[in-house]
Amino acid sequence: MTATRSSAIRTATEAPPPTGTRSPRYVRRFSRTERAIHWIHAAAFFVLLGSGLVLYLPFLSEAVGRRPLVKDVHLYTAAAWAAALLLVVLVGDRRGVRRTIRELEYFDTDDRRWLRGRRSPQGRFNAGQKLNAAATAALAFLFGLSGLLLWLGERDTTFRFASTVLVHDWLTFVSVALLAGHLYLAVIHPKTRHALRGMTTGSVREDWAREHHEKWVASGAEPPETPPARS
Amino acid sequence: MDHSSDSRPYGRRAFLGIVAAGIGALVVGRPLERVTAHLSPITSLFVSDGWRIYTVASTMPEFDPNTWRLEIGGLVSNPQTLSYDDLLSLPQAEQVSTFHCVTGWTVEDVHWAGVRFADLLAAAKPLPQAKALSFVSAELPYVDSLTLEQVLEPDVMLAHRLDGAPLSQPHGAPVRVVIPEMYGYKGVKWLQRIELTAAPIDGYWEQRGYDRDAFVGHSNGY
Repeated sequence: MTATRSSAIRTATEAPPPTGTRSPRYVRRFSRTERAIHWIHAAAFFVLLGSGLVLYLPFLSEAVGRRPLVKDVHLYTAAAWAAALLLVVLVGDRRGVRRTIRELEYFDTDDRRWLRGRRSPQGRFNAGQKLNAAATAALAFLFGLSGLLLWLGERDTTFRFASTVLVHDWLTFVSVALLAGHLYLAVIHPKTRHALRGMTTGSVREDWAREHHEKWVASGAEPPETPPARS
Repeated sequence: MDHSSDSRPYGRRAFLGIVAAGIGALVVGRPLERVTAHLSPITSLFVSDGWRIYTVASTMPEFDPNTWRLEIGGLVSNPQTLSYDDLLSLPQAEQVSTFHCVTGWTVEDVHWAGVRFADLLAAAKPLPQAKALSFVSAELPYVDSLTLEQVLEPDVMLAHRLDGAPLSQPHGAPVRVVIPEMYGYKGVKWLQRIELTAAPIDGYWEQRGYDRDAFVGHSNGY
């Protein structure tokens, strides 16, 4: 089954469809599990950022008030975020997640060349996306850890450290900077914003994928789960 | 996916490196505070002036200079009810001190103006058995207390001005207690009543496990 599929793709790679074709071919970039993880993280991040800024910025604290309520929103969102991610990994495609993590962890010669600013063929994730994933995961872990310490520290002095709140703040500054870059590339930059379709529908145009993720397409990217609607 | 010999786990290293740096900052921390303090002139433009506004009630108390009153009662010979103008007509004092919050943030060079407790309590005449003061905030149920000895220290005051302007609503308008040697939760904001008592009581945060004598660097697990 796999053999037929990949050979079909290879054929297509060798003979790309003429440009301006009405129905471009699509390839599957993200599984439903991967997309669920991405959007749970994104939704939780915005709620946590919004409620966190109300707790942090004096003019917002003043305008909104209801600090105990905002604090509850912040805490319960964090708990829901962790629970939802765990649930998706448990009921979703766990093997796929493990495979993706390995894919993200390893940087080959082309990735290293790419990081030095040279154009070189990339896999399903380019080296920048791999670094972004590593940084995002690390920041999420540290947010969770420092947040848990803040929560525990209000209840028991053993868990109170002078710099916990500062670490939590700095994580916010770094995350917002990272998010700004991510949003620019995913929504605004004309060459890369097609990637957003991959994260919403799961598939991307094959010709776009071949330009940006050449090695992935060449190694046998799969067609989408359901063919995209033709207009 | 097969990893050829030229693959390096840079992603994992990046993850572990950032996590290690974060945990290191949690443990050492102080350098981070220095960096934050030096950046404060920049961050104050778009993030925050260093202050954070913590409240326990849903809304902040409103201050009307015409109707506002500060009551001084309990173990005193002459209970007092001061208007805002009464307060401003008492001898005034100024000081520059550092504000420490128990959650870890600090604001340096804070300019306070207000009234020393010796002047504030002079007309009320505390009775000999009065040893402590309870500060009742208009932001109920916030309350805290200090000993009479503590409030008579030279850098303790009831402040009504902050950095050259009347105390704003988020900072506790019109008056808050300032005691730089202790963490900020001892400095009751939106003060509306002072009660002299024989012994200090447990304040809002002390009822939740924080220390009553909240000396900076020597309390609350630090």
